[in-house]
Amino acid sequence: MNINDKLAALQFNKSNESHLVVDNDICMRCSEKPCLFICPAQVYNWDEKKCLMNIRYENCLECGACKIACSKKNISWRYPDVEYGVKFKNG
Amino acid sequence: MENNKVEVIVVGAGPAGVSSAITLARAGKKVLLIDRADNAGDKNMFGGTIYAKQTAEIFPKFWESAPVERAITEHKIFMLTDFDSTQYSYRYSSKGAYKAFTVIRSKWDKWCVEQAQKEGVYYAPKTLVKELLIDNGKVAGVKTQFEDFYSDMVIIADGVNSLLAKQIGLRKEFTDSDMTLNVKEVFKLPKQRLEDRFNLDENTGSAVRILGGPLKDMFAMGFMYTNKDTVSIGFGVSLDELKKQKVSPYELLDDLKEHPSVAPYIKDGELVEYSAHMIPEGSFNHIPKVFDNRVLLVGDAAGFVDNIHLEGTNLAMLSGKLAAETAVFAIEKGDFSASTLSLYYKKLKDSIIIKDLKTHNNTINVLKKNILTLTTLCPNLACEFFEMFTSADEISKRVKYRKFLSEVLKSGVIFKMMPLAFYALGRCIKK
Repeated sequence: MNINDKLAALQFNKSNESHLVVDNDICMRCSEKPCLFICPAQVYNWDEKKCLMNIRYENCLECGACKIACSKKNISWRYPDVEYGVKFKNG
Repeated sequence: MENNKVEVIVVGAGPAGVSSAITLARAGKKVLLIDRADNAGDKNMFGGTIYAKQTAEIFPKFWESAPVERAITEHKIFMLTDFDSTQYSYRYSSKGAYKAFTVIRSKWDKWCVEQAQKEGVYYAPKTLVKELLIDNGKVAGVKTQFEDFYSDMVIIADGVNSLLAKQIGLRKEFTDSDMTLNVKEVFKLPKQRLEDRFNLDENTGSAVRILGGPLKDMFAMGFMYTNKDTVSIGFGVSLDELKKQKVSPYELLDDLKEHPSVAPYIKDGELVEYSAHMIPEGSFNHIPKVFDNRVLLVGDAAGFVDNIHLEGTNLAMLSGKLAAETAVFAIEKGDFSASTLSLYYKKLKDSIIIKDLKTHNNTINVLKKNILTLTTLCPNLACEFFEMFTSADEISKRVKYRKFLSEVLKSGVIFKMMPLAFYALGRCIKK
């Protein structure tokens, strides 16, 4: 099942501002990029052409795994502001 | 609440926070419970079950009025091979002695907070604590998105990621081996069909643990829980193992759902939710300092989880209660220093929390080292045994027995189980 189909079952309230921030220069030098597969919502997508981490922060499940798994400790992670982010109705 | 000032602020309205707040209110103390979600439970995810004994210490006879899903009357273990499985079931009568219940957090946590409010707890939902307020080097309250709140003490119940404990240096940055990542999907089924599939009565439920199969190469365990008209299915995996395997958790979950022994349970179910959450590894050596001047750490924020027996909410509630009792003592003494609050650690040591964390201090490491024995070797041999024992064909029984025996000996299972057996024995003997 596609990750987008899973995420479609969830309620999100999108903020205009990302609560997840990375330094792209550091990502560029990272050969591992565990964030690309560890994030359970596939929030992180590396744009090879632009050398840019695309962060679909609006899909974040707020678990915190990316910040710990990041080999370069390059993810600045906080909770989204109140009223934003994911809402679990069957958690 | 006068001038935004109370005696104790509790940050986080999960089981640990609610238990702290309600215990303080019952002792007549002014307590403010702050949570970032619109409704308590909306940001939470667990397997899962709550345990009756410790929950009833906070909410006596809660099952009569609380929104519980099903009383667990069966524990199962599925041991999967690539295509087959052996399954073990322990069933017991629920009459008169409830042990555990499945709950849905957005309903359960909401109910808990409502009880706390009825007993005098001030509750501030939709409030994100940005940081602890430090005044002259002392914790003086909390800074939220909107306003500041002041208190003599703060009980930190902000969960597994505990940003507040990190702020004041009680916790360090976590590493990959400190955490397991859990993903879960919830499938809706007609109630009768769910009960038929799991062989349940109207209010009884199953808890299933799943080993091997798609999860065979790593330290991971699957689970299935029955709710009223939904089935929760998921698994937890150590972050370091996931990183080693370079695989996405949702792909692994899909593989698990498609296993021939698992798929029939959720067949034709409608996916109503997908979620993820981390769980602390839960060993004694990873416990941070849980008290300091004017602060106490409780629940997941303190790493109080027993991953072997899948206990967490019960330890959260118990630690919340012990923290609140300590806070009451400090308020009455008028002294909120670390030395007064060290009473909390003494209480934890006398409780099952520290005792069990010590017992399982190294268990996860031992299991990680021997994981293939449990996730591959044992499931394979168990299936081979049943295959041998039940197949009626032209091969004579004696030839079959010999072949199986030689498989067992060749596999080295007896030798490979030794470290686990000795470790388990050691856990029993150790004082």
